[in-house]
Amino acid sequence: MMKPLLEVEDLHVRFHLRTGIVEAVRGVSFQLGRERLGIVGESGSGKSQTGRAILGLTPPPGEVTAKRLAFDGVDLLTASKRTLRTLRGGRISMVMQDPKYSLNPVMTIGEQIIEAYQAHAKASRAEARDKALAMLEAVKMRDPVRVFSLYPHEVSGGMGQRAMIAMMLVTDPDLLIADEPTSALDVTVSMEVLRILDELVAERGMGLVFISHDLKLVSSFCDRVLVMYAGRVVEELEARNLHEAKHPYTQGLMRCLPTLANDVRPLPTLNRDPSWAL
Amino acid sequence: MASSIANGGGGHDALRFYLTKTAQFFLVLATTLLGLVAVTFIIGRVVPIDPVLAIVGDRAPAHVYERARQELGLDLPLIQQFWIYLKKAVTGDFGNSVLTTNPVMTDIANAFPATFELATLGTIIGTIIGIPLGVLAAVKRGTLIDQVVRFLGLAGYSIPIFWLGLMGLLLFYAKLGWVAGPGRIDVTYSYLYTPITGIVLIDTAMQGQWDAFWNAVSHILLPACLLGYFSLAYISRMTRSFMLNELAQEYVIAARVKGLSEMRVIWRHALRNAAVPLVTVIALSYANLLEGSVLTETVFAWPGLGQYITNSLQNADMNAVLGGTLAIGTVFVLLNLVSDLLYRLLDPRTR
Repeated sequence: MMKPLLEVEDLHVRFHLRTGIVEAVRGVSFQLGRERLGIVGESGSGKSQTGRAILGLTPPPGEVTAKRLAFDGVDLLTASKRTLRTLRGGRISMVMQDPKYSLNPVMTIGEQIIEAYQAHAKASRAEARDKALAMLEAVKMRDPVRVFSLYPHEVSGGMGQRAMIAMMLVTDPDLLIADEPTSALDVTVSMEVLRILDELVAERGMGLVFISHDLKLVSSFCDRVLVMYAGRVVEELEARNLHEAKHPYTQGLMRCLPTLANDVRPLPTLNRDPSWAL
Repeated sequence: MASSIANGGGGHDALRFYLTKTAQFFLVLATTLLGLVAVTFIIGRVVPIDPVLAIVGDRAPAHVYERARQELGLDLPLIQQFWIYLKKAVTGDFGNSVLTTNPVMTDIANAFPATFELATLGTIIGTIIGIPLGVLAAVKRGTLIDQVVRFLGLAGYSIPIFWLGLMGLLLFYAKLGWVAGPGRIDVTYSYLYTPITGIVLIDTAMQGQWDAFWNAVSHILLPACLLGYFSLAYISRMTRSFMLNELAQEYVIAARVKGLSEMRVIWRHALRNAAVPLVTVIALSYANLLEGSVLTETVFAWPGLGQYITNSLQNADMNAVLGGTLAIGTVFVLLNLVSDLLYRLLDPRTR
């Protein structure tokens, strides 16, 4: 077996608040090669915090501990800030949820892509500009030169998210974390963005961690799925074997999916067993 | 071909846009000033201050009093008085000051540069120190630095400025002799240059009178630092809260994901966004100082607008009060315009 790109073992993310300690992630372990891993779970299940912890961007007052948290052999917990910074953006990147908030409103899209590129590559401005334009073309912008000089508020949500993808992939990272990349988009646009993301990930042979609350989407998009509940991984399975899920939480989620063929009304509700969260 | 036509049309539209904007601005300026004149004029006439008494004194015989009253035009109906005032005001004639006997316009032209010089320097000091302090406090939230900055801000709000001014004079002028005392320049230097702009620092520097220049610097340093401290208190506090708001935004996380240095994330991404509301804050604080800080001007014997208006008010010199108020009103409208333009420059969403 190939050496894994990302190793996560017994990852904990704790927030020390005045009201006590909140443990958002409680012992998550997984390994990732150059494959697509989906992490599904409801709000507050710790899926996003898992992604942030890998990037070392757990917001204060959060604390990250793990038996092992390593990217390509580099221990992320003991690495220097400088090493982390070269990894961030350079080799690990993240696409965030809503381009309306994740793009800087007072910088042009082109400027933001150039900045991402120049943070990691010794390149002249002209080279960076060419690279940014090529990247905008790669995310299927109809008129890259025009989009390059637009501000984020001047583009649609779908274009904004494609610009975000262009910005995060301009450095050719090895691992992309996509944190609900399509939740803020409407359905048709989200399919287009996913197709582009899919293409780029396949083309460049990146590892992908796809975080979503959409079980159907994740299973069609990824090779493997982790189901998280209350900060723990309750189930890990191959995406195509989703129907073989054993954990009652996953089974419950599956039952709640509406289908066109068997119209069940009302849809069953999910009954949470307190013992799952233990 | 088609595109060139479209471009020509675009240029035309842009021109029309700016013309409309300019016309709009002057309309706003005129309306604001007209409203200001009306309100100040009416308040000036209805307050129980008798400008005639102020001129002739309370022992003048009735016919003298009456003549003075007629000369001032106070026997006419209020609306007619207003019309006459307005007609003269348009030509720049705001009447004469009773106190100084000069035309009010001349008095203001003398007093305003003094206030302008002090307020501008104070605002520059407050901005240059206040913004970095506010940013630092926001970035190091909850630490000792944050507490110190917040305490400085709180002290700036609550310490009376005249007290701090007097203490400053006592320490830096009387005891240590680091700075010159009250006034704008020592009398011995005041004949070495001819006032052109009325701003002593600029006049002396332009005429190469460096001794006079440094003397003026030593005079302005303490009051400017004092005003600077008070605007710093406000600016640093607002910067801190704007920065806290920006640092919590998603684009800041995105900037960190890109692997940018913390310096770049803070100064280039977050502060660049916080700068938009900060423009208003700085403009407001500047306007506040331009109004003339009466207490500071009094403590430092600074012949500025605040002192002029206060003196006039105390002596029932209504022409001077009206003129001074209008000058301040104009400054506010102009500052508003400048901050609008800056807004447009800093925030693409308002273009």
